[in-house]
Amino acid sequence: MNHWYMLTLVGADRPGIVAKVTAALYDGGCNLGEASMMRLGGNFAVMLMVQSRDGARALGSLLEPVADSLGLHMHVDAIEGRLHQHAIPDVRVTVFGADRAGIVAQVTGALAEAGFDILDLDSDVAGSADQPVYVMHIEGRAREGIDAVRSALAAVSREDIEVEVQPIETMIG
Amino acid sequence: MAVLDILTYPDPCLKQVSAPVERFDDGLRRRVADLEETRLSGPAAVGIAAPQVGWFQRVVIVDVSGARRRKNQNHGHMVLVNPEIVEWEGYAVGREGCLSVPDYTGNVIRAERIRLEAQTPEGERRFYDMTGFEARAVQHEMDHLDGLLFLDRLVSRRNDLFRRKVYQSEPPKG
Repeated sequence: MNHWYMLTLVGADRPGIVAKVTAALYDGGCNLGEASMMRLGGNFAVMLMVQSRDGARALGSLLEPVADSLGLHMHVDAIEGRLHQHAIPDVRVTVFGADRAGIVAQVTGALAEAGFDILDLDSDVAGSADQPVYVMHIEGRAREGIDAVRSALAAVSREDIEVEVQPIETMIG
Repeated sequence: MAVLDILTYPDPCLKQVSAPVERFDDGLRRRVADLEETRLSGPAAVGIAAPQVGWFQRVVIVDVSGARRRKNQNHGHMVLVNPEIVEWEGYAVGREGCLSVPDYTGNVIRAERIRLEAQTPEGERRFYDMTGFEARAVQHEMDHLDGLLFLDRLVSRRNDLFRRKVYQSEPPKG
């Protein structure tokens, strides 16, 4: 029986990671689902839904040679997830400011208090080594409404970071 | 009145270019009524285009008056026959989904402000000036008449949303 697995791979970035990993999966008879992959701090990180007839161990053995040859750490989990489970975000939060410890904890702590469920988060450290700038985008669902998110974040944005809260209105036509 | 089946991607019919309406008769108005019933029967769609139900003529329906936070500044229920955008201005990124593309939403760049010329189901010529969400809905539906889906216009969900609105007349400083 086909089962879904979440495959995570992390290692120093180099050319060919995605092509070699997905070729091995294709040749091994696997089907790919949704994925998020990105370069983070000179590393490359892969999160990939893989559907396979064989178990997690077989999937690991299939990928071990290619992961080893690319210097990637690998992790395989059987998951209960399936496709067609998208949730539509209704609020986007953008945060930026001079980088310092605690921005993410403060912002996401306030969001959790305000009934905001994070669906997607990505962040970058921009600027320079002596003047790093932190930039974060979060999309999610505001269970208690956007005003609750705005007031919860007002306390955080009062300090040294800029926080912008905008509704995402999805036009279905 | 009837609820019609919605064509979904990758049905090749959705790529078809629709023909102008030439006869403004009761037959046209009956088909418009079916199209509207179909729009209202599914998930909350603010618009529908005739080709989505396999009717390849230039007819769209848009009504954003029920959408959240859009109680003001819209034309309510519009049946647009042979619509043409005669003027447009500005760009905005916004999220769209489509009855013909279930379980997916993505970001699309549309004109922020449009002036539209269209006919009513009775054949009268009308002009509409619209902005924002309503202008987006009309552009999305009009794309169907030319065989385009929002998938044809997707932009990345990441990177390009630091400022939600980018106006052509105000290039970013830097």
